[in-house]
Amino acid sequence: MSDHSLEPHATDVAPGDQGDGRVRTRILGYVVGLGLAVVLTATSFFIAGTDLVWQPSIALAIIVLAIAQMGVHLVFFLHITTGPDNTNNLMALAFGVLIVVLVIGGSLWIMANLNENMMPMDQIIQMQR
Amino acid sequence: MAIAAIAQEDPHRLRRLDASRAVHSGPASKRIVTGYGFWIFLLSDMVMFACFFATYAVLSGQTADGPKGAELFDLRSVAAETGCLLLSSFTCGLASIAADEREPILFQLAMALTCALGLAFLSLELREFIGLVDRGAGPTRSAFLTAFFTLVGCHGLHVSAGVLWLLTMMAQVIAKGFRADILRRVMCFALFWHALDIIWVAVFSVIYLIGAGK
Repeated sequence: MSDHSLEPHATDVAPGDQGDGRVRTRILGYVVGLGLAVVLTATSFFIAGTDLVWQPSIALAIIVLAIAQMGVHLVFFLHITTGPDNTNNLMALAFGVLIVVLVIGGSLWIMANLNENMMPMDQIIQMQR
Repeated sequence: MAIAAIAQEDPHRLRRLDASRAVHSGPASKRIVTGYGFWIFLLSDMVMFACFFATYAVLSGQTADGPKGAELFDLRSVAAETGCLLLSSFTCGLASIAADEREPILFQLAMALTCALGLAFLSLELREFIGLVDRGAGPTRSAFLTAFFTLVGCHGLHVSAGVLWLLTMMAQVIAKGFRADILRRVMCFALFWHALDIIWVAVFSVIYLIGAGK
């Protein structure tokens, strides 16, 4: 017996491993994941090129769709669940997401603030003359 | 046998929630430890990509009077790249099922498909990069293009490394069979490949789709 099968007292599963071992359900999981991902991707590409929606909302809609698709990938391809055997994987993911949000959000916030308060470039060049 | 018995007795494995009855059987199996360690590496990789994304987001307007994203990006090529990566993620999932079921032929077939799709993605991306450089929109043109080439190129390098790893896994399964250590490597490879797909979702959404609309 290989070491990856669920032992009676195992309290964790490796990320990417599914608890349910039946081949049919596993393949079905990937098919569902692929279907959802294709739908979300197609919607993103459609929204980006259409005139049917209010233009300023497009960027936000694309970001929301992207986050949804990342969730689909995590659940159906990487098998990160909220089950009790997945706590460690989920906590690591949550920490990663925290850092990612801090890095991206913080950079955008600080740089937008700088741009707002900084003198325009041509004036700085003028002053140096 | 034991697994089936447990599944019947406790289909949702809720018994583990009951702390008083939890039995700890020492350290976790090697597969769990390896997988968890690799998961942490992947998350640190995501943090690195987040830094590149932050750089790109800050610099995306600094075109130095050069071409903007809307003039450069060909969304049809991006859609084809996205399709390749999505399908390759699916075939990679089939390969990991085949590996767990010890089906060498199905495993090699699914891995070969994954490899072909990965190479198709890389050739599309390379064609796009060469086209950009030919039009005078290389990485030295503006801060926007530097950030673009760094981020997308870094993802492309990851995919290239993934393809090399994939070929190594195919060879190792032929040479050594489905040994426990080989299966652990296959699992890590699958995690890596799926994670690359997640990063690509962010790339095509933030860079190409939003960039083309500006």
